[in-house]
Amino acid sequence: MQASVIVFPGSNCDRDVAVAFEKASGRKPAMIWHGDSALPKSDIIVIPGGFSYGDYLRTGAMAAHSPIMGEVIAAAKKGVRVLGICNGFQVLCETQLLPGVLLRNQKLKFICKTVSLNVVNNDSVFTKAYQKGANLRIPVAHGDGNYFADNDTLKKLEDNNQIALRYNDNPNGSVQNIAGIFNKERTILGLMPHPERANDAALGSDDGSGIFKSIVENV
Amino acid sequence: MKARVDVVLKNGVLDPQGKAINQALHHLGFNQVQDVRQGKLIEIELNETNKDTAMASLKQMAEKLLTNQVIENYKITFQD
Repeated sequence: MQASVIVFPGSNCDRDVAVAFEKASGRKPAMIWHGDSALPKSDIIVIPGGFSYGDYLRTGAMAAHSPIMGEVIAAAKKGVRVLGICNGFQVLCETQLLPGVLLRNQKLKFICKTVSLNVVNNDSVFTKAYQKGANLRIPVAHGDGNYFADNDTLKKLEDNNQIALRYNDNPNGSVQNIAGIFNKERTILGLMPHPERANDAALGSDDGSGIFKSIVENV
Repeated sequence: MKARVDVVLKNGVLDPQGKAINQALHHLGFNQVQDVRQGKLIEIELNETNKDTAMASLKQMAEKLLTNQVIENYKITFQD
């Protein structure tokens, strides 16, 4: 299982997520600079958390048009799995690989704390290691995590079982408590919480490790 | 030529920054303020003389990068 982690100027969770994948798979992910135009053969592409391009214009907006993103979008459309965490989720929404958008947190504050999440759908390569309905303790760290989509889009998300995770105690105003969603085919997952920061008991929780375990076992 | 692109949130999209500004204006005594929506103003200098071609490219810029059409509308005006 070969992972590629895309690194933008301003990414800051790229190395943590690489450690998580190496721990789960025993293989070092390839670190791909945003200015590269070629993507090595990858089983999963990871868009990490951080503040790509300083969050200029809108979070994820500049990164969505980076040279490497053309390759990422093409690979995603062929079915290569894509995981976007936090800023990565924002980038995936800006590229329209995932529907909706992440707005400023409802109370305008940057939120950095461990939250409780509910596994809504475990029928995916990203969430198989969890029980449906399980509650996870995983940290969030974002200023723009308030998921928004129009009612038609929300209905489609519900009807196609595209909601992966919900907040048990909504920290940011996300519509329907949404913390993470899949694309329709469930080959792409975007989530605001940081599973790579809950990947070892020494970090306070290893509830995030199930994401990496699921991917390594099922991709 | 110079153009400006006004980016505003669509109706119905929550604008917590606008709400905070609204509240601050009330604190300052501007009690006639009923609602505030915050947007963005982007000024663009173009090497272009024909307004129609300029408008066509500006629309593409607005739709490809300057706005996220899930939540935002835009208005393009030329400044002389």
